[in-house]
Amino acid sequence: MTSTVDTETDAGRPAPRSGLLAVTRAPGWVRYALLAVGLLVAFWLPNGLYPAVAVDILCWALFAVAVDLLLGFTGLMSFGHTAFWGASAYVTGLTAIHLGLPFPAAVLAGALAAAVLAVPIGYLAVKRTGIYFAMVTLAFAQMVYYVANEWRSVTRGENGLQGVPRELFGLDLTDDYYFYYAILPIVLLGLAAAWRIVHSPFGRVLVGIRDNPARARALGYPVHRYKLTAFVLSGFIAGLGGGLFAVGHRFVSLDVLHWTTSGKAVIVVVLGGIGTLWGGVLGAGILVRLEDWLSFSGFEAIGLVTGGIFVLVVLVFRRGVWGSAAALATRWAASRRR
Amino acid sequence: MTGFLQNTFNGLVGGAFYALLALGLAVIFGMLRVVNFAHGAFYMLGAFGAYVLLTEAGVPFWAALVIMPVGLALVGTALERAFIRRLTRLDPLYNFLLTFGLTLILQDLVKLRYGVQSSPYETPAALSGSVDFGLFDFPTYRVFILGFAVAVCVGVWWVLTRTRIGMVVRASTERPELTRAFGIDVGRWVTPVFGFGIGLAGLAGVLAAPMRAVNPLMGADLIIVVFAVVVIGGLGSIFGSVAAGFGIGLVQAWGEAYLSDFPIVSQTIVFIVMAVVLLWRPAGLFGREEAPA
Repeated sequence: MTSTVDTETDAGRPAPRSGLLAVTRAPGWVRYALLAVGLLVAFWLPNGLYPAVAVDILCWALFAVAVDLLLGFTGLMSFGHTAFWGASAYVTGLTAIHLGLPFPAAVLAGALAAAVLAVPIGYLAVKRTGIYFAMVTLAFAQMVYYVANEWRSVTRGENGLQGVPRELFGLDLTDDYYFYYAILPIVLLGLAAAWRIVHSPFGRVLVGIRDNPARARALGYPVHRYKLTAFVLSGFIAGLGGGLFAVGHRFVSLDVLHWTTSGKAVIVVVLGGIGTLWGGVLGAGILVRLEDWLSFSGFEAIGLVTGGIFVLVVLVFRRGVWGSAAALATRWAASRRR
Repeated sequence: MTGFLQNTFNGLVGGAFYALLALGLAVIFGMLRVVNFAHGAFYMLGAFGAYVLLTEAGVPFWAALVIMPVGLALVGTALERAFIRRLTRLDPLYNFLLTFGLTLILQDLVKLRYGVQSSPYETPAALSGSVDFGLFDFPTYRVFILGFAVAVCVGVWWVLTRTRIGMVVRASTERPELTRAFGIDVGRWVTPVFGFGIGLAGLAGVLAAPMRAVNPLMGADLIIVVFAVVVIGGLGSIFGSVAAGFGIGLVQAWGEAYLSDFPIVSQTIVFIVMAVVLLWRPAGLFGREEAPA
């Protein structure tokens, strides 16, 4: 990963440093313009797309940003984030069904549960780095999957949780169009929180750990604790997405915990651009739209296309959409200055 | 007592599959620093290949036991040449993602052609029936799997420790730069080693065909357990991976037999063991301590 270079791989030999993208921030007016465009698109989205798809894009955007928080800004590739996405989906579904809470409260409960689950998993996983971290998180996510599968009295096993209500003080949100606008503030809050984390002193330390863990440790930063905190925060944001996904679909099945979901979250981030934060949002938009289009046109082997995108992106498009655009813009700006 | 021996034997047979897959993963990782996610998919292809060869060409089990591993090893070689090689210089996570994508593609290709239902594969006549061990009978085929897997593991160990090729492979695993400095062409061994690892996965698949349901998803859940196995054993250690493979097979079989009242525990016992190992020895039971991060 261009931006997740770890000087200490598990083999004990230094990983080759592939050229890190120079972090040159665009000038202020560009950033405000991009923010305005982004918000406009967010407000327009369900008018241009099938609203249910737009809802999915919002949920996946949160998921992707959560994964990028670890992958792009802490240098940890979690291949098991489906554990938090899925656990929150189940907890959200259960709270909404059994307690009849308004859906934002249920989603909050789900995200908190995901964060709590992230504590033990993160505590164990941050003991390893690099590729081992990916394998350990993947294995724990699979463990959560098996638990959900066996704990049928609560999760209803293969049948899943049916009829998750969209309760919000008696408002009629059955139409996905209105539901989209109901969840948009929550999603924007989640994205803003991720942005805040990355641009806080805490976030700078994370990037320092990503680039040189040994130096961060030598400077006196408790590296494991920073990684764990990032992991839990990321689990919470992924949980927000998962909870909204559950309410959006009014249904929770074991699919939300399947390992392919974890992989999809990672590829959404790579497609958008690792370490760009908003790239993940773009990647989510592209992949969700594409999958919807494929299933709409009756194409059965979606894995063939998703897998193909995986292979292509990894082979020839490692900077992702946002990363490539940023690189082009930087080059253009540099040539103008000359 | 009889029950315990039977469970133990079943555990070793289950562990044999983990051991063969973990061995292939460890050999590939040692030489290329690549964790091959598609290992489970190649295991599935081995089993499916045997099934297709039998039903569509009448090729018997014994021939498949040779054809599939060799054929898949060739596919693996081509794969390494075409894709893996391009990414080995980058962070190992890229090859993990690449092989993950390949897994989705391979699974869906098989699904498109043969559907998701399981296909039965008949045990070869010479291995049907059971062996009498005095206290209990055991299906001949399972005895064969165990013997065969142990033989393969011992064979690989012998090649690695007693032959010149093994010496070169071990040296380039441990100190690639130094080995190169001695005038040994390390790059030449990368492709064959990758192919060999894939071949082992295919072999495990053919062995699994008569015993387990042959379907496109048979390798998917298995590979995640094998990842847990190599985390437990320590991926850098070939011996550790094989030992952990058999060990986890045993723990799983005992768990299923004696903890059947707690399905949540018996189903997830592998991951519980992994959690304990991470707490106690983060580098794995046989792994070398990594530099602190």
